[in-house]
Amino acid sequence: MADTTGTATPDAATMAAEDGVRRRDFIHIAAVSAAGIGGASVLYPLVSQMAPSKDVLAASSTEVDVSAIEPGQAIKAEFRKQPLFVRRLTQAEIDEANAVDVGNLRDAETLADRTKAGNEDLLVTMGICTHLGCVPLGAAEGENKGEYGGYFCPCHGSHYDTAGRIRKGPAPSNLVVPEYEFTSDSVIRVG
Amino acid sequence: MIRIGAIAVGLFFAAVVFLWSFVPGVITYFTEPTEKAAEYAFHEKAHGPEGGFSFDGPFGKWDYAQLQRGYQVYKEVCAACHSIEYVAFRNLEELGYNEAEVKQEASTFNIPEYNADVAEVTTRPGLPTDHFPPVPYFGAGDPPDLSLMTKARANGSNYVYSLLTGYGEPDPEKLAKYPEFETPAGLYFNPYFANVNISMAPPLMEGIVTYNDGTEATVSQMAQDVSAFLTWTAEPTLIKRKQTGWPVLGFLLFATILAYLSKKQIWASIKPRKKD
Amino acid sequence: MSFAWARQYEPQTGLTKWLDERLPLPRLVYNAVGAGYPVPRNLNYMWNFGVLAGFFLVLQIVTGVVLAMHYAANQLVAFQTVEHIMRNVIWGWLMRYAHANGASFFFIVVYLHIFRGFFYSSYKAPREMIWLLGVVIFLLMMATAFMGYVLPWGQMSYWGAQVITGLFGAIPMVGETLQVWILGGFAPDNAALNRFFSLHFLLPFVIAGVVILHIWALHIPGSSNPTGVEVKSESDTVPFHPYYTAKDGFGLGVILILFGIMVFFLPNALGHPDNYIEANPLSTPAHIVPEWYFWPFYAILRAFTQDLTIPFTGVVLIEAKLLGVIAMFGSILIWFILPWLDKSPVRSGHYRPTFRKFFWFGLIPAMIALFICGGAPAEEPYVMISQVATAYYFLHFLVILPLLSSIEKTEPLPYSITESVLGKDGAGAATPRPAE
Repeated sequence: MADTTGTATPDAATMAAEDGVRRRDFIHIAAVSAAGIGGASVLYPLVSQMAPSKDVLAASSTEVDVSAIEPGQAIKAEFRKQPLFVRRLTQAEIDEANAVDVGNLRDAETLADRTKAGNEDLLVTMGICTHLGCVPLGAAEGENKGEYGGYFCPCHGSHYDTAGRIRKGPAPSNLVVPEYEFTSDSVIRVG
Repeated sequence: MIRIGAIAVGLFFAAVVFLWSFVPGVITYFTEPTEKAAEYAFHEKAHGPEGGFSFDGPFGKWDYAQLQRGYQVYKEVCAACHSIEYVAFRNLEELGYNEAEVKQEASTFNIPEYNADVAEVTTRPGLPTDHFPPVPYFGAGDPPDLSLMTKARANGSNYVYSLLTGYGEPDPEKLAKYPEFETPAGLYFNPYFANVNISMAPPLMEGIVTYNDGTEATVSQMAQDVSAFLTWTAEPTLIKRKQTGWPVLGFLLFATILAYLSKKQIWASIKPRKKD
Repeated sequence: MSFAWARQYEPQTGLTKWLDERLPLPRLVYNAVGAGYPVPRNLNYMWNFGVLAGFFLVLQIVTGVVLAMHYAANQLVAFQTVEHIMRNVIWGWLMRYAHANGASFFFIVVYLHIFRGFFYSSYKAPREMIWLLGVVIFLLMMATAFMGYVLPWGQMSYWGAQVITGLFGAIPMVGETLQVWILGGFAPDNAALNRFFSLHFLLPFVIAGVVILHIWALHIPGSSNPTGVEVKSESDTVPFHPYYTAKDGFGLGVILILFGIMVFFLPNALGHPDNYIEANPLSTPAHIVPEWYFWPFYAILRAFTQDLTIPFTGVVLIEAKLLGVIAMFGSILIWFILPWLDKSPVRSGHYRPTFRKFFWFGLIPAMIALFICGGAPAEEPYVMISQVATAYYFLHFLVILPLLSSIEKTEPLPYSITESVLGKDGAGAATPRPAE
């Protein structure tokens, strides 16, 4: 059986003796460092595997066809596994939103701030109440739109107006407008 | 006592397996030799195309033009019966198609989806995030999904190539030896298929596809291209895997040499030395 | 316990002193795998595999926990989630290939560890308890590996589950009830998949617990060594750290290179292609084989091809299937009584000439034959070879070893470990340097 009790090669032994402590220490430090670097680099895949997987990332933007939405109508779409409200405002609703004194709002934004130029009648917001994350009512036909004709969150009674701005109730801010752009006249790409 | 018991048990097992199983087995083996079924004689080992595939070996790489041709063969020929359900349209970007092309490609497929409004399954145009849809098939046989085919067969990439190019007639010499061998009606002889009779008709014919890049569409060329494509569908990370392997192995080798030197230093002080 | 000359842990800083009085964890590590554990100075590379097995246990637990974050134990989606890991999860393919090949490497190092024990009779007094706990670990590993192989829900997963649980069905009277109870159904299905996942997650931690007992038991008498002569004095030992930490570090590097080659370049070489086909209860693969590390035992199972009958009467005493099952489980269970079968006063195979012949020309060829036959299709000549090998396997442990201990003429042992290393005059003797 080959085992380690065999004789060490003389040259290695003498070399070690000649070079003294410094060379010996260097090798141990290098070996331990290499082990440390190896161990640390294993952490990289172990940590990054918890990041969103490729299929989740691929679904991080959604296209919505808005051409079929009539004024006064809204649709619910899904964006990043969350509800998205797309609403075509009527002229009356636009006027109503613009008539509000922005200075008195809890979260001061005009309708123009919340829509794209040239498409001020299309309001795209997340369907998530900014209070505690419930889904507000008002997107579907016949639902309670609240006191201000926009959306109403039934959980704690937040009322949003026709521009999706918080007007009454506990919610701290307006319904979030996600990043989106028009890829054509009829299609928006969210995210 | 425990040893006497053990010896008894040991002799019992050895005797049982030897006298009751081995001896009768040997007798049967010589008195009634079992003949292997004829298909074993006709079966042949899978082989790759001449020169092998570009992704073979530890330094292999994808040939993207070939993968795109392979996708074309799959789409125009194989997809009539076979699905590739584990592949998403967005994955095609890895073959070198751009985002717009992938979107366009996806939209040519109909994706079945349950539609609650009409309470039945309806179809809509595909999106890049969709997977390739199932392929309805009503003929004889049971065409398997091809996404994982090259991993689900031994020597898979070569197997697919051999199978696609291997249709033909049985070797007449072997036929003379097994005169009763016959390919059943409705099946096709293919020596690379597990039981040499396959229900898939020869799918490739010279010129059945017209390659956009002008490559001549011979049967061997198409078989090669689609085998490469199916190797990619089975393991899209194949090349990344090999390319990750080299630096990892290099580092390990370096660290192991250091560990060896360090170990040698530590042990040098207590090891017996040769007398000078 | 430890040897009288074992170094004592001395906390140097305020923090370690504070810690030592409250939770002496550094002291535990120091005494277990540090400079406080004196180890025979003559261990060869066969003594590396215990530490390596520990490494692969940790690797399996880490990669396994990661995979469990992405896998779903439901027969409708299990196969898809494995492909999801391979295709979509960031570095998922690496995690899965490392886990699948990690299982194989765990078994490789454990088999080498066990056969080291066979050759050097590491199971003999006073180390019986280490051995018994080791056999328990091996049985737990087999159960864990089997259940893990079912999880991808491929064809081999499904039919492996069917065949292995079918073994329990061979037990008279209660067999069928037992099989149905294990599966939670009449065939492998969601219930089986879910409980296998649950147990596959649990058992590695049980193994880790038994490993701690195994190491604890090891530290009572201390490590054995290639001469089999017990440690007599300080010059026979070196401190575990740095001598064996350095040696194990090198051994780990070598095995990781081999592991890297498998994971990155041949990740499916040890698997079976059929497991990339989703489970189909209506179609059996042409040739069902378990994972390679079960092949010897699978060969023993299949070696019993005929019922045990009373000759010329046709009265069946034991059915072939049951014989195979008993022999297969028995082939491992006999390891439990091994310390009491082999009573030779000499431990190491180096000083037992007859034993050595039976080991190298009997047991090792028989095991290799069983490995090959277990992976081969059930046809001749594999069946005949496996029958001879099975007969030898049982004879070796149950008949040859007990008889040999009484009749063998052993070779003279060295007086001490130091003498075996340095020769009688102790030329070139040097005392171990203190740990740096």
